[in-house]
Amino acid sequence: MSEKRRINKMPARLDFLQSLTGVILALFISGHILFESSILISKDAMYTMTLFFEGYFFFGEKHPSIISFLASSVLIIIIIHAAIALRKFPSSYAQYKIFRRHMKSLNHHDTSLWAVQVITGFFMFFLASIHLYTMITMPSSIGPYASSERIISEVMWPLYFLLLFAVVIHAGIGIYRLILKWGLFEASKQKYMKQRRTLLRTIMYFVITIYLVIGVASLIRYMNIGLSDDFEKGERYHP
Amino acid sequence: MSSNRKLKISILRYDPHIKDDKARMEVFEVDEAPGMTLYIVLNDIRKHMDNSLKFDFVCRAGICGSCAMLINGSPGLACSALTSKMDSDITLAPLPTFELIGDLSIFTGNWMRGLNEHLETWIHTESDKDFNILEEVMEPELAEEIYELDRCIECGCCVAGCGTMQMNENFLGAVGINKIARYQLDPRDKRDDEDYYELVGDADGVFGCMTLLGCEDVCPKNLPLQSKIAYLRRKMLQIGK
Repeated sequence: MSEKRRINKMPARLDFLQSLTGVILALFISGHILFESSILISKDAMYTMTLFFEGYFFFGEKHPSIISFLASSVLIIIIIHAAIALRKFPSSYAQYKIFRRHMKSLNHHDTSLWAVQVITGFFMFFLASIHLYTMITMPSSIGPYASSERIISEVMWPLYFLLLFAVVIHAGIGIYRLILKWGLFEASKQKYMKQRRTLLRTIMYFVITIYLVIGVASLIRYMNIGLSDDFEKGERYHP
Repeated sequence: MSSNRKLKISILRYDPHIKDDKARMEVFEVDEAPGMTLYIVLNDIRKHMDNSLKFDFVCRAGICGSCAMLINGSPGLACSALTSKMDSDITLAPLPTFELIGDLSIFTGNWMRGLNEHLETWIHTESDKDFNILEEVMEPELAEEIYELDRCIECGCCVAGCGTMQMNENFLGAVGINKIARYQLDPRDKRDDEDYYELVGDADGVFGCMTLLGCEDVCPKNLPLQSKIAYLRRKMLQIGK
């Protein structure tokens, strides 16, 4: 009602950017896990998938630098997402303890899920960075044999197991929270709101489970190839 | 219903106005009666066991919001809490965040007053309004939506159930955001969205909310807090983009 003032648009932009980067990362990881699971179909399928992402079908030759570029982009988005999300982290041990006490006392599903979000997010600072750095610097180490070698000989499997669980759970809860936060798929009447939230949560757990099963199965398959298949160090798969 | 149960009521006792008073849990045994609420239990304890027990009540019907407390760790109104729906072991504590008067009695009034003054929770009209002219007609649906949000009794349950509030004591809480949603919807209030953005468009307001939804789940009036916070967040994003 008074004359127009300069308003600080930053809080709105940060909140939106946190959601936006979250959606991009969730879409990325949901694609990533499905593509890598092509190994469950066959080595040839996974090989074809590798060729596709190396641009073979577009340029007629392999460009692993595309992988480096993709991984770098993802890392940048993760850094932005983490920097913004850090605003919400407990900023001291005292604050963390206060929240923990509140969470235990309230015993409330959606409050407790947030703690899972913080913990998985925190661990991904390290787990995702290691994985992405490998992909940026050694983009050609993807393939039925190359990936298996990385997982077994370079002992990446423990990291990948932890990362798989952290990322799938974090992305699942994140998208669920985002839907609630911006009011998407809301029930038309207040009396159905809780029912709708329970439905969304059930879908979330279902999707998380599916992705974990696919992810674990693929990882075991790679480990299996790395342990039992007869290939030389550095050897690439050819159909 | 089992009316011969013995209820074990553990109450957090502490009066900051009594010198050297120590916080302690005191346990009272009460015979359960049919249709008993925690409000009846507390009166029973005060009348027959300990007349120094402090707790608030006015209406006994879930309208005034005075008897909000932590019931087994979760905020709720004592007068609406039927003991038949609970375990026989019940723990009561005062709502956190608010000034403690003593035992279960808290001073929500000064906190809520501060909030209302800060957010200016009244209709802002032109100062030279001509009251001889009839008010503009409001659609019944809109009137109902506004009325729904006006049902807030300022009991403080949403504040006590809020995880964000635990880490940011300047946070407005669902009670504050709900009020702004209410005035934002009201065409009689001449404040525009930029005015509202200045009030709630930061980390202490709608962009600080982490959507943990404790508020939505503990509100004794079942206010549409989740959807109204989301609504205001979308509105405020329009201003901030």
